[in-house]
Amino acid sequence: MERASTYNDRVVRQFTIMTVVWGVVGMLVGVIIAAQLVWPALNFDVSWLSYGRLRPLHTNAVIFAFGGSALFATSYYVVQRTCHVRLFADGLAAFTFWGWQVVIVLAAITLPLGLTQGKEYAELIWPIDLLIAAVWVAYAVVFFGTVALRKVSHIYVANWFYGAFILTIAVLHIVNSLALPTGLLHSYPAYSGVVDAMVQWWYGHNAVGFFLTAGFLGMMYYFVPKQAGRPVYSYRLSVVHFWALISIYMWAGPHHLHYTTLPDWAQSLGMVFSLILLAPSWGGMINGIMTLSGAWHKLRTDPILKFLIVSLSFYGMSTFEGPMMSIKTVNALSHYTDWTIGHVHSGALGWVAMISIGCIYALLPKVFNRESMYSIKLIDVHFWVSTIGVVLYIAAMWMAGVMQGLMWRAVNDDGTLTYTFIESLNATYPFYGVRLLGGTLFLVGMLVMVYNVWMTIRGSKPAEQTVIQPA
Amino acid sequence: MSSFWSWYIIILTVGSIIASVWLMSSNSKGSPGEVDTTGHKWDGDLQEYNNPLPRWWLYLFYVTVVFSVAYLILYPGLGSFAGTSKWSQVDQYNAQMSEAEAKYADFYARFRDMEIQAIAGDQAAMRAAGNIFGNNCAQCHGSDGRGAVGFPNLTDDNWQWGGSEDAILATLRNGRNGIMPAQAAVLGSDEAVEEVVAYVRSMSGLEAPADKAKAGQQRFAMVCAACHGPDGKGNPMLGAPNLTDDTWLYGSSPGDIRYTIANGRANQMPAQLDYLGEDRLRLMAAYVMSLSETAGD
Repeated sequence: MERASTYNDRVVRQFTIMTVVWGVVGMLVGVIIAAQLVWPALNFDVSWLSYGRLRPLHTNAVIFAFGGSALFATSYYVVQRTCHVRLFADGLAAFTFWGWQVVIVLAAITLPLGLTQGKEYAELIWPIDLLIAAVWVAYAVVFFGTVALRKVSHIYVANWFYGAFILTIAVLHIVNSLALPTGLLHSYPAYSGVVDAMVQWWYGHNAVGFFLTAGFLGMMYYFVPKQAGRPVYSYRLSVVHFWALISIYMWAGPHHLHYTTLPDWAQSLGMVFSLILLAPSWGGMINGIMTLSGAWHKLRTDPILKFLIVSLSFYGMSTFEGPMMSIKTVNALSHYTDWTIGHVHSGALGWVAMISIGCIYALLPKVFNRESMYSIKLIDVHFWVSTIGVVLYIAAMWMAGVMQGLMWRAVNDDGTLTYTFIESLNATYPFYGVRLLGGTLFLVGMLVMVYNVWMTIRGSKPAEQTVIQPA
Repeated sequence: MSSFWSWYIIILTVGSIIASVWLMSSNSKGSPGEVDTTGHKWDGDLQEYNNPLPRWWLYLFYVTVVFSVAYLILYPGLGSFAGTSKWSQVDQYNAQMSEAEAKYADFYARFRDMEIQAIAGDQAAMRAAGNIFGNNCAQCHGSDGRGAVGFPNLTDDNWQWGGSEDAILATLRNGRNGIMPAQAAVLGSDEAVEEVVAYVRSMSGLEAPADKAKAGQQRFAMVCAACHGPDGKGNPMLGAPNLTDDTWLYGSSPGDIRYTIANGRANQMPAQLDYLGEDRLRLMAAYVMSLSETAGD
């Protein structure tokens, strides 16, 4: 069989396996730092294990290692199937896999050593930033090259979202990471003061918007209709919410800098565009959930669909919560509290992780030449364990956050603050325990997945799949 | 902001809002029930219906746009246009601060002419001072005022800068800079530093080799006595600690003392006048003195 007439599933398999591996690693580090908040002695007085160094390792591992690998795996799988052509440039695709893994390993070494640029979600030092840029450009060439070679005239909607995600992340990463190196391990950012803060949160919020939203909506637009066996609910809705989402998301960053030295006008624009963003965000949820209408009965028997639908529900919830928290009056209460952590995790665990898990379960047997996953029952177990975990986690953080916000602003008759910071920390303590329990459950779910994946792929002989001719 | 950038922001903002409204409204036609697929097919069975946009979703979008437009008329947002409400966060902060000052000033003014001793006996004053301590002082001195390494214990009778009312008020008002200069170069050798370490320990009755301590005594007289006094009892005017007691800000182990002598120490108590104002400052002086077992001695 000629190479060109088959799909390149090798790179998909590689990224799929690493998605599961990095998922376990990233969430394990999350559980460790959650435990450190309950029992601070767990850093064992070793600087490499201190909270301040492991926390960025956790965020980088779950977002870029776990989420990133899931995006690479699914986008390579989806773009080939929906363009009816083999992936463009096998060599470059292999470079994106190995390059991305090197980035992750370097991150796992440098962050515990305390080497950082000090920018949230962009901590990695400049030599690693350069490698990321190279991998990302290669990714864009592979992806858009494949789209250019497509055998169908219409580009499937999933590919618009993947494409927007790839292009925008390149721009965000390069602009935010511009720096003047002073040595191999250190550099100064190109911006200073409030401009630096604004560039950082323009990057930070769009990392949420394009990495964690647009990319995963691409996943949703392929795997939900496939798994439900039904057409996408509305082509028109997908067009409208795509353009609205990507044009409005760009403006929302300043809501991370409410009541700071950022000028009032910029704060206001961040807030109003965050509000206008609500409907475009929900467009994706509506399209996903309505696609399932008429096939609801499948939820009884297909735990993969459960993952997909529940992830869309969490997506809808956090994209409602986000605009609400961007309102300055609400933000004055919520900012700097654990409410933000709860919000982030309803997005990261509820939406990003659950849709990735669902898609991996759907994709894995196909690329490993199996009928289905080893155990459907275990997928169901994974679903329930992780759902309970997410709910415990975010409920604990919501309560803790609102409580902290109220305690910090309480004032006595003599004008003094009613509570000291340490009292609010004491009051938060039980919620840290519940959060640890929720996070641990989610990690346990991932370990169930590891077993299921291992039993599925053990001894499998992946076969080359022929490119399907367009209908 | 120059008028160019102001217009740049206004045009981009208004243009974006108009464009997104146009995007929504121009695609809003189509009656419910129109559910044909687009006719395209991918990967064997992937298809798309072309249902119209849900009405409630469209209206949700329009509501957020109307709210936002109203907000941008009322509040700053469109470049240098300040908004019809003339609101700014700096004005809001100043207004809230002066409102609070007006509301609470009377409470603190009551103590203005009261003796510090008397303030220390006033329950309401001490309750307020305790809360201020918890949020302003406890970060360094500890919730119970017992301090930590580098941060003085306020509950003992040892006062580095003097324990009189005036001295404590001065410490609170203007802060203090405690500098122990590095002496490694002055003393010239590790051996010399070791000898001074031994002598300093011997002064407060800690175990130290007698021969070294004896050699250290002379060095102490030349290098250290200028601030700590010939008898090592310190000088509150300079903030030079008494070395003959059992209070050690940076630890009393040979290693700790060696580090202090060789490398020096720099310490700062930040000035509180700008944070607290004179009235609250007097309450804090009374509170700090009441923390000490020998207040007023």
